Amino acid sequence: MALFKKKIASGVDTTANAAETPDKAQPWKELGLKLEEYERIVEILGRRPTSAELAMYSVMWSEHCSYKSSKIYLRQFGEKVTDEMKKHLMVGMGENAGVVDIGEGWAVTFKVESHNHPSYIEPFQGAATGIGGIVRDILTMGARPIAVMDQLRFGAPNHPDTTRVVNGVVSGISFYGNCLGLPNIGGETVFDRVYQGNPLVNALSIGALRHEDLKLAIASNPGDLVILFGARTGADGIGGVSVLASETFDSDGPSRRPAVQVGDPFAEKVLIECCLELYKANVVAGIQDLGGAGLSCATSELASNGNAGMRVQLQNVLKRDESLTPEEILMSESQERMMAIVPKKDRKKFEAIVNKWEVEFSILGEVIAEPRLYINWGHEEIVNVPPRTVAHDGPVYERPVAFPSYQDALNADSVHARGLYRANESGSDLGAQVWQIVTSPNQASKSWITDQYDHYVGGNTALAMPDDSGMIRVSETSGLGVSIATDANGRFCQLDPYQGARLALAEAYRNVAVGGAKPMAVTNCLNFGSPENPEVMWQFKQATAGLADGCLELGIPVTGGNVSFYNQTGDIAIHPTPVVGVLGVIDDVARRIPSGWQDAGNNIYLLGVTRDELDGSVWADVIHDHLGGRPPVVDLAHEAALADLLHGASLQGLIESAHDLSEAGLAQALVESCFRFNMGARVWLDEICERDNVDRTCALFSESTGRVLVSIGREDDVKFMGLCEARGIPVLRIGVTDDSGEIEIQDVSTFDLSEMRTAFKATLPALFG
Amino acid sequence: MKIGVVTFPGTLDDRDAARAIRLAGGEPVSLWHADTKLQKVDAVVLPGGFSYGDYLRCGAIAAQAPVMQEIVKKANQGLPVLGICNGFQVLVESHLLPGGLIRNEHQHFICRDQKLRVENVDTAWTNQFTLNQEITIPLKNGEGGYIATDEELARLEGEGLVTFRYLDVNPNGSMNDIAGLRNARGNVVGLMPHPEHAVEPGFGPDTDLAMRSGVDGLQFFKSVLNALVSA
Repeated sequence: MALFKKKIASGVDTTANAAETPDKAQPWKELGLKLEEYERIVEILGRRPTSAELAMYSVMWSEHCSYKSSKIYLRQFGEKVTDEMKKHLMVGMGENAGVVDIGEGWAVTFKVESHNHPSYIEPFQGAATGIGGIVRDILTMGARPIAVMDQLRFGAPNHPDTTRVVNGVVSGISFYGNCLGLPNIGGETVFDRVYQGNPLVNALSIGALRHEDLKLAIASNPGDLVILFGARTGADGIGGVSVLASETFDSDGPSRRPAVQVGDPFAEKVLIECCLELYKANVVAGIQDLGGAGLSCATSELASNGNAGMRVQLQNVLKRDESLTPEEILMSESQERMMAIVPKKDRKKFEAIVNKWEVEFSILGEVIAEPRLYINWGHEEIVNVPPRTVAHDGPVYERPVAFPSYQDALNADSVHARGLYRANESGSDLGAQVWQIVTSPNQASKSWITDQYDHYVGGNTALAMPDDSGMIRVSETSGLGVSIATDANGRFCQLDPYQGARLALAEAYRNVAVGGAKPMAVTNCLNFGSPENPEVMWQFKQATAGLADGCLELGIPVTGGNVSFYNQTGDIAIHPTPVVGVLGVIDDVARRIPSGWQDAGNNIYLLGVTRDELDGSVWADVIHDHLGGRPPVVDLAHEAALADLLHGASLQGLIESAHDLSEAGLAQALVESCFRFNMGARVWLDEICERDNVDRTCALFSESTGRVLVSIGREDDVKFMGLCEARGIPVLRIGVTDDSGEIEIQDVSTFDLSEMRTAFKATLPALFG
Repeated sequence: MKIGVVTFPGTLDDRDAARAIRLAGGEPVSLWHADTKLQKVDAVVLPGGFSYGDYLRCGAIAAQAPVMQEIVKKANQGLPVLGICNGFQVLVESHLLPGGLIRNEHQHFICRDQKLRVENVDTAWTNQFTLNQEITIPLKNGEGGYIATDEELARLEGEGLVTFRYLDVNPNGSMNDIAGLRNARGNVVGLMPHPEHAVEPGFGPDTDLAMRSGVDGLQFFKSVLNALVSA
């Protein structure tokens, strides 16, 4: 009986068989395809697909790989650009990651990607392989990965399941990133009950390369070898294809397969060094990492990008598990694998290098001129398709869009309309609110998380958390460096996705500027609910338009990104969470500006204007558990002028510290500026209230944009004020730094710094430690 | 002076160690785990990382690498060897230093600026410090808890072989706050914290003077150059 089963298992569905049995029922629906999509595959091939072809199309035409619901909106990132914006762009959207020329012959590549769903099922491995995947994308461009960041969103801090997810995700990132030797230089952590059943785990990586080392995922020269190298192929991440497996295997056979991939950072570290040596030896004509959709993606994309084809012998794939079916091999998302296109003359050199690193490889086949992908299983042909139809010409949908039924009521329900209680103007309860807010989980120190990440390795980290951006030196000779900041505010986006995306852009842009760098380019990770929900699709449409318009206004291009749909708990979608990453360049990292006061006796200035903008704020959340109204106004022209001022002043060495105002406004910025180097301050609010016509609650907690807190040495006061005046940036002296060990907010409260810092640092360990 | 920096598969801080040697005035030479010759180097640094993925036990597989056979032989003849973090684990697994290193008692990887006291300056790697000098260098490990038998601990303390001790905070549950050790001869030193990450202004730990300006680690590498010149 067992023998009989085995015989069936080895019988593969060939193209000849497919042609002979056109009416065979196929599990297209279980694989997530729509009837019209299945019919289109039949039309493309002129016959029914084999089960291997069906596996490939189904995974490559999935939302995750084909961007079928988002494509029509993502186009505007390529359209709303000027020639000036494209000037420094070496590789734009559509490749594994965008590449930006930063001068001196150097380029950087950066991208952020989501690994949300796996991280809920298995937080440790989900997050770990999220880091692994984005790092391979960067490596694929020919770059040495130089840093990572993570953008995390978890459910309510006191929910019983949150500690499982937080501990798993943070350990997974720590385990994988640390073991790769990549400094983790920043990120975000946000808690909100909307992420309870659907945490967001986004990971960003950045790499540096010399211009001439740029690599692309392309297979164009007939005769070049197609080589798979790295880890062996196993049954990781093939949950979906189990329906095909169950066709060939008895359903009571071996239980099929973990749906979440398992990572081995050691294998990836070796793979990185091996690839960089291959690049240096110039033996690779094209390269692609294996991530989502595994071999289906790598083979079809390489061939399609090169307008060529391939002949592949699938039995040559080195496997961890000999029982894998051809369909499973094509779908497997086993980690730490790469595919190289290698000219035949370089085969020996290639082998010498991979052997040195003890990396396993197998030659799967070769590139052919005919734009056709042929895959054999032994003597039998199981795939015969035009690669472009798999990789690039998938379905594109214009999904229905509907203005959310709840939106008007939500926008009308403002802090003012509710008449939410504000602390009395001169009482101690305003001070109590400051304490309550800065020690709340979202505002408290994240050092319990970031202390688990190595931010030193590489010896080039110029800024890292808790500063506003992460900064890495690229050239050890000139000091040329790059910085990155990422931001997203799901609450603001829920109130107004168009403005919310612009707010995220403005904040990331400002965070790069306060470090002393010049913002250059943008990446994004768009986390949304189900695209099949027209109200979610409206949010997506608004957010992408807001981001594209904002980038055009600021003159910095989007170089790439990632979309993650279906983020919801049951039918309830997450708040739209477009994570925006801004890349900045600095000619010498020695010029960077920290986020906290460095010396006593410096003047503290507030740049920008404070408005009565508490809707969607941390104050509304922590004090009143309220979300409604309209988010703060964004003025991107002002943001650009502000960045220009900071850049100019830092070139003259005028700024001792600069910290942007965002969540929890001035109160949070003041406290963090004190904590950074343990320096006290005395601050007064009267002039803000008077000039901007706001009350003290607003002065402390309003989240008006375009504001920065700077400290300036007394000898530079006049020069600095002159710069502000010349650029028309509103500026107010609101305090002085001191070594009192206290933070005194006049007429509000005086806090003992060490006491407050202890509470600030204790929140997360108490919840999750 | 040529100082070898060993790269095992999974080593991470090899480029940092080479930079530190260069900044101290030495000439770094790359050594590969499969090498059987040491290219006539005058000293060796075993840098941090996760050699062979820390499989089996941290440093256990690296201790069996071809290059280590030669290093152990030469170390026993007096070659200065510094093991940092994973390198310290390799030294322990190679029996050049006693004891063992286990998972941090709080179970988490930890990265922090760590204060240490230098308790022994009669070694090839610490002669540029003053006795009981307090220094701050980064610490980053998941398995840095130092353990030894009671007899071994008594011997280490009695013979004055404890070279570095954690101050203020014991970050990983190490016995007797031990952060680093020397051998009897003083040519072999191992420690968990990372001197090579505190060698260049702008990229080290914060100090009272300025952010990231700490360069206490540089003295390790100046010490060995000094030891080699005076030898």
